[in-house]
Amino acid sequence: MGGQVEVSGATAAHGGTRASAAIGAIARAARGLRWYVRELMGDSRYERYVAHLAATHPGAPVPTERQFWRDRHAEEDANPSSRCC
Amino acid sequence: MTATLDNKSDDLQPEPGQTIELHTDPSLPPVGLRQKPKWTPLSIALWIGIALIGALGWVMIAIVRGDEVNSIWFVAAAVGTFLIGYRFYSRFIERKLLKPDDRRATPAEILDNGKDFEPTDRRVLFGHHFAAIAGAGPLVGPVLAAQMGYLPGTMWIIFGVIVAGAVQDYLVLFFSMRRRGRSLGQMAREELGRFGGVAALIATLLIMAIILAVLALVVVNALAESPWGVFSIAMTIPIALFMGVYLRFLRPGRITEVSLIGVALLLLAIVSGGWVAETAWGVDIFTLDKVTIAWALIIYGFVASILPVWLLLAPRDYLSTFMKIGTILLLAVGIVIAQPVVQMPAVTEFAFNGQGPAFAGALFPFLFITIACGALSGFHSLIASGTTPKLIEKETQTRVIGYGGMLVESFVAIMALVAAITLDRSLYFAMNASAALTGGTAEGAAEFVNGLGAIGGQGVTADQLTAAAAAVGEESLVSRTGGAPTLAVGISNILNQIWQGSDLRAFWYHFAIMFEALFILTTVDAGTRVARFMLSDTLGNVNKRFRDPSWRIGAWISSIIVVAGWGSILIMGVTDPLGGINTLFPLFGIANQLLAAIALAVCVAIVCKKGLVKWVWIPGIPLVIDAIVTLTASYQKIFSPLPTLGYWAQNGTYREALANGETSLGAATSVEAMEAVVRNTTVQGTLSIIFATLVIIVLATAIWVSVRAVRAGGEKDTESDVEPSRMYAPVSLVATTEEKAVQKLWADRSK
Repeated sequence: MGGQVEVSGATAAHGGTRASAAIGAIARAARGLRWYVRELMGDSRYERYVAHLAATHPGAPVPTERQFWRDRHAEEDANPSSRCC
Repeated sequence: MTATLDNKSDDLQPEPGQTIELHTDPSLPPVGLRQKPKWTPLSIALWIGIALIGALGWVMIAIVRGDEVNSIWFVAAAVGTFLIGYRFYSRFIERKLLKPDDRRATPAEILDNGKDFEPTDRRVLFGHHFAAIAGAGPLVGPVLAAQMGYLPGTMWIIFGVIVAGAVQDYLVLFFSMRRRGRSLGQMAREELGRFGGVAALIATLLIMAIILAVLALVVVNALAESPWGVFSIAMTIPIALFMGVYLRFLRPGRITEVSLIGVALLLLAIVSGGWVAETAWGVDIFTLDKVTIAWALIIYGFVASILPVWLLLAPRDYLSTFMKIGTILLLAVGIVIAQPVVQMPAVTEFAFNGQGPAFAGALFPFLFITIACGALSGFHSLIASGTTPKLIEKETQTRVIGYGGMLVESFVAIMALVAAITLDRSLYFAMNASAALTGGTAEGAAEFVNGLGAIGGQGVTADQLTAAAAAVGEESLVSRTGGAPTLAVGISNILNQIWQGSDLRAFWYHFAIMFEALFILTTVDAGTRVARFMLSDTLGNVNKRFRDPSWRIGAWISSIIVVAGWGSILIMGVTDPLGGINTLFPLFGIANQLLAAIALAVCVAIVCKKGLVKWVWIPGIPLVIDAIVTLTASYQKIFSPLPTLGYWAQNGTYREALANGETSLGAATSVEAMEAVVRNTTVQGTLSIIFATLVIIVLATAIWVSVRAVRAGGEKDTESDVEPSRMYAPVSLVATTEEKAVQKLWADRSK
């Protein structure tokens, strides 16, 4: 996407650079929103766990994503957390 | 202008405009920054502006009043006051009492296992913490409290959260973080000793039973005789099961994807509920009475609590998070766009005479008891200890997450209040008076409301009430007590004004019912599980096998006991001849505020032990307010000679009538109904006595421990050992320029 923005900026002088800046800002906001939703809902949890293993226990066996979520739910089963009233 | 502090230097606070770098290892970039902003003309103007907006809001709602107060002034008063409270009072608490130190590693950093202990981005954790503390309580309480007028409720929600609710959440979060994320129960045992700890445990179990029963009762009242509601809520079960299977077997980890599919199905379930409710077979199958729905919920609660988490609880939790955040944002936008006009007077006579139809009792103490969660919620102390403190990156972030998170929750309570007070008054009272007062018919309700005099509004006819129900796709709205239906009508009025020109009130009403029912059901499920584990742990003292979570029979026995506990109170509520919600909701509030008293008592004990007795008023003031409110309410519920208020007075009246051979009294029109009143008031009165006794025990223990600590000039700290931090993260949600520079240093280093 970055490439496209530059091309349009090069062809259309001033208005184009402003437009490309706007597109850049929108793209950044969209990336930020995607990052936030994935983090909040937990989509990225497995990636973070793999990164954590690589940093702290290099060489340790890495579970598959399927197995990771099974283990995680099994732990929640064994140790429930509360929601508020 | 910068200074540096290493691991051994004494504490040093920055001058205005100064940045102090905190170091634990000379080879690492700073692990924290202490900054104090300099007052510039611009920032002074900004804060004066915020103060003026807040003040203008207060002037308009409290002094000018008038007949047509615009609800936007509630938003102004709340936002202005919250920002000032956050900027000044929470900062004061941080500086004087808590003194967080970012050179100390948090439990998330020390015990990082990539799972329950894991340094989590502060903005993400803020969202997690808010989703965990936001529940049905702050939505329902303010709606019921609206019967006293809008002003008392608004004042308590806004000022209460600043001096009480947010303080409790912040302190508990901080103290738990300094103790490796210990739970409130564990901290109570450590700080108050074995006796106080056991009292706290029993109190917590009983409180859970009451809270689950009352929340379930709210759902029952919202769904009874409503085929549309029953159908769409029932559909959430297959939707959640589908999501669970999808995540387990088809695409593990694609949570946002499956949640979006789930929300789309949910909206379809709401729309198709309208179609189903128009067919003869739909009405036949899905029109259920209260007792049937109550039994369905009890069975559901039991099955859900023993099913694996991945199948039902986890997927419904995702749905509920989406709906919660989405609806709250939508409602905020709706209020700003629609700016509905307030219909309720500032103060009604029910605030003084204590004869309100939604619940009995005067403003003091029952306004505080009823609003509960919107201003001070004991339940939050269970979230603020145990879950959130294990995920915090830096000590200084506790302020925005603990104090700031509660301010947002309180804002939700203000929005719920606005939705209720912008409703037509006649409709509000027709919905919130129990069937004992309205007879459950539109004619009876119109007569009751018109008999209220000026408070009841312009007067109303039975046809108007029936038309109001038809507008939201319901057969009747009369005596729809419990707060949820009232809120749903209020929300539907507000959201309907966003898209002008089309009448979507029926859709939005059922959308709002779905939104509330979803997270009440999640709370019922999760709460039953948590209570079951607490019970198993206690039963483990008798038979060790109960402590083994894989022993299914033990889990089933504990589940049955827990479900029987809240289920029996629920059945009592739905069959209560006197109404149910109006007699049980005060117990719910008392239970919640009692938990807050326990949490604040633990905080007071910790502060005294630390030798910070000079600042003990910070948790002390909310504790004293809370203790006076809870104990006065309990006293009135136990000893009041008025049958509508005192459980035992009511009990005595009905006993006497039965002894005299009478066959009907008030709303109880048969001997069985009169016996039911005697039975129910005995249970409610006994629970009140137990609660009051437990509060007194916990308070007495806390005072004794605190006085002992103060006399000894402080006691040995129960905080975990200090470990130097080796990571960095900004303090607030938005990073400052200096903070971004440090983040870059760390990012470059890891390359």
